Amino acid sequence: MNTITTDDMAELSADTLKRFARETAKYPEDQKQSAVMACLTILQQELGFVSPAHEKAVAHYLDMPLMAVHEVFTFYNMYNVKPVGRFKINVCTNLPCQLRAGQQTLDYLCQKLHVEVGGTTIDGMFTVQPGECMGACADSPVLLVNDTHMCSFMTSDKIDQMLAGLRALGEKP
Amino acid sequence: MNLQNVLAPFQATGQESCFHDRHINPQIYADLNGKNWGLQDYLARGGYQALRTVLGLNGAAALSQDEVIAMVKESGLRGRGGAGFPTGLKWSFMPRQFFDQKYLVCNSDEGEPGTCKDRDILEFNPHIVIEGMAIAAYAMGISVGYNYIHGEIFQTYERFEAALDEARAAGFLGENIQGSNFSFQLHAAHGFGAYICGEETALLESLEGKKGQPRFKPPFPASYGVYGKPTTINNTETFAAVPWIIRNGGAAYLACGKPNNGGTKIFSVSGDVERPGNYEVPMGTPFPKLLALAGGVRGGRALKAVIPGGSSAPVLPASLMMDITMDYDAIAKAGSMLGSGAVIVMDDTRCMVKSLQRLSAFYMHESCGQCTPCREGTGWLSRMVDRIETGQGRPSDMDLLDSVAENIMGRTICALGDAAAMPVRGMLKHFRAEFEHHITHKTCMVSSYV
Repeated sequence: MNTITTDDMAELSADTLKRFARETAKYPEDQKQSAVMACLTILQQELGFVSPAHEKAVAHYLDMPLMAVHEVFTFYNMYNVKPVGRFKINVCTNLPCQLRAGQQTLDYLCQKLHVEVGGTTIDGMFTVQPGECMGACADSPVLLVNDTHMCSFMTSDKIDQMLAGLRALGEKP
Repeated sequence: MNLQNVLAPFQATGQESCFHDRHINPQIYADLNGKNWGLQDYLARGGYQALRTVLGLNGAAALSQDEVIAMVKESGLRGRGGAGFPTGLKWSFMPRQFFDQKYLVCNSDEGEPGTCKDRDILEFNPHIVIEGMAIAAYAMGISVGYNYIHGEIFQTYERFEAALDEARAAGFLGENIQGSNFSFQLHAAHGFGAYICGEETALLESLEGKKGQPRFKPPFPASYGVYGKPTTINNTETFAAVPWIIRNGGAAYLACGKPNNGGTKIFSVSGDVERPGNYEVPMGTPFPKLLALAGGVRGGRALKAVIPGGSSAPVLPASLMMDITMDYDAIAKAGSMLGSGAVIVMDDTRCMVKSLQRLSAFYMHESCGQCTPCREGTGWLSRMVDRIETGQGRPSDMDLLDSVAENIMGRTICALGDAAAMPVRGMLKHFRAEFEHHITHKTCMVSSYV
């Protein structure tokens, strides 16, 4: 059924393919498509964002139409449809967090990094975005770094420390 | 140095939200400290004994499928995800003799604003969910299950995967569990930022590798679920309640709560309280007691309003809240719903228009776009509340808000449309004067919004 040509298709490393295989093994043989979200997530974790060439590689691997991959990729909010900074920071501003300074936390980060909401610093180090409920309402203000690491009770002091730590990590050769 | 090292100092320890001594007779959160999530500690707490009992490995005969379902029915356990549907009854809907694959799904896509209970269960006591699911699978004759976990709590997803590995290695999952003839495979999947996937049929679509757009019901998942096969979906906390019920009996569980509202319930208390966190207390605990456990209103201020069951539940004013008990029936009688047990507390400095503005923006953002009344209506509501908040409101907006909300309700495939409309109607019902003040005076009625 797959009519995808392999032109412009990204090559996947053996390590990536191994991670893909672990995900597809969870589902019935004829339902490999179930692993599409996990595969896109793996690529985003490895590469920072998923290029059209990589979407194509996922479609090829899972034997599904490219458009079906793209639908998933653009439907779920956490996928980066454009390149982002080395560290993507999402701050929850939903009501329970808004009641505990979620919006101020977002504003503080933007001011500190000289970016607009949704923007990326000139050096490509940080992207700051608002987020919807992360399911950590008792810990607010909360923020999520690179889709994986949730940080809780983020006062401005802690944000300063966190940014310094991340910058040092990002500047390491 | 890596990302984990750099961010470790800022990550939640669970101390504030879960390992405090302010639960009342906890079952799911009992004796947790953050370090004892693993299999050996779970076994030391009596873990997997309920599963062994069910399988007939503790000296007595195995329980039949009907016996397990009867116990769960007797317990009065109702779905902890929001709808409160009786769990035993749901289990009895699954076709028993079926020629093909059936599935069990755990809904851990916890994204209802205000709710953070399932994260702490999965993070600090993952095996209780695995055990609960295995018992449910046994009762319904299911051999494959999935736990779909909210994408934002990715590290919790990894924790659950680690727990699955432990359970498989120790023979609590997989082929011939503990040497019995019962086999059950359980896998973890994750979302990636779509509130709508907490809706059960959207979750099924997502699990199939598609956009999370809800399906028409009927057919219900019990006849047409994952891959079109019979499927039972329960919330994380629901499964987590099952081992205790088997160990202690359905009657004992029911006795923990109120008639028709059995057991304990975890309430996530957020917003203007001194100690936000999860509180596991018996169903039917009076609200003032729950508020006191959370340290009372922050800064000793006066209570203004509470959203008692997650952001989709209609808001209730303090005067009503202080008189109710926290259970499905009492909150429904007061005109709201227990929902997921997320209690969002607001003090007297909070502007209700601004609060609704944030919620309406959320529902507009999260509408999947499938049904016109929701796709267009959530945007319309959001734009209207926005202009009222910013001093551009028109007198006719009051009736229009109500009319748009009313026209969304009951006219969409799933409950997201209702979830967007109910907060609007609740706010208008109890805090109408504040909206009118905004329109007339172009300013807030309350002095500040901290």
